[in-house]
Amino acid sequence: MLQTADAGQTEDGALVRRAQAGDAEAFGLLVERYMRRAYFAALALVSRREDALDLSQEAFARAFLARRSIDPERPFYAWLYQILRRLCFNFLRDRRTRARTFEAAGTWLADEAAERFRSDPADALARREAQRRVAAAMEALPAREREVLALKEFESLTYREIAPLVGIPVGTVMSRLYSARRRLADALEEP
Amino acid sequence: MKIQDGAALERARTLMMQALDGEISAGERRELDDLITGSPELVAEWRRLRRVKEVTTDMTLQNPPAEIWDGYWTSVYRRTERGLAWVLISIGVTIPAAYWVWHVIRSFLADTNMPLFLKLPIAALAIGVLLLVISVVREKLFTARRDPYVKEVIR
Repeated sequence: MLQTADAGQTEDGALVRRAQAGDAEAFGLLVERYMRRAYFAALALVSRREDALDLSQEAFARAFLARRSIDPERPFYAWLYQILRRLCFNFLRDRRTRARTFEAAGTWLADEAAERFRSDPADALARREAQRRVAAAMEALPAREREVLALKEFESLTYREIAPLVGIPVGTVMSRLYSARRRLADALEEP
Repeated sequence: MKIQDGAALERARTLMMQALDGEISAGERRELDDLITGSPELVAEWRRLRRVKEVTTDMTLQNPPAEIWDGYWTSVYRRTERGLAWVLISIGVTIPAAYWVWHVIRSFLADTNMPLFLKLPIAALAIGVLLLVISVVREKLFTARRDPYVKEVIR
């Protein structure tokens, strides 16, 4: 697994070097490699597909323009993620945008759980209601807590992987997760 | 029994997170069990947090239409072209506009025919607009510097 990650990073480094030398197609390969991950990271933060697409593409566009400053020895996605998260946070700070995302609580989630529990409609309904509540509560979370929760729940990253991406110690990752989950638990118990 | 020691409470919460996310060792698991045992508050909190984990584990992000990926890189590339175009347009507009403003100010100051009661309000208007622009720019820069999210970005 570690070897695969190392190999991936080596390939990324080679593509970054080619892009820095003027090969736009090499950067295109990097985009194809990470577009899904960037899109879903943005979606988990901003909740709307159109906005996630726009923000993730903008992050790649900025990365392309700043490609000469990328260190080929360091992970490309971690560098790109810094641009992406800043774009998403700026986007969320816009109050009008935030009001608009509230209208669409939970529409960014797939309805797979309902499919899984189709044999027991009552259970499926209860789970869907719980998910709807949690999704709405996630949209209301402070952006920094939501980010860490999304990286944990949707990308299944370990604490040690989240910490350098977000630029915080492992202990802070856990405390943000605790705070986020407590808010979600409150939302689940609301009458 | 109530856990009144803040450090123990903090430790219990950290261990709960590790247990929920499968990042706990056998020794830490025993430590968590010891902390929870005999504390109805922690038992209740543990139950609530496990319920949240159950719900979030079932949650999956929605896939976009597959065709989005086909034109993704092309869209990114077009954005970079448009960005470059905007930079060139901005340069093309800003330099002649600045020259024109400088020319107008020079003519305004050199105009001896304009009465003072007109000159003063026009000068006040121009200074007011300038102060407004400076204030907005300063606020933008100040916000960027104090942005709590930007601070934690490590490049």
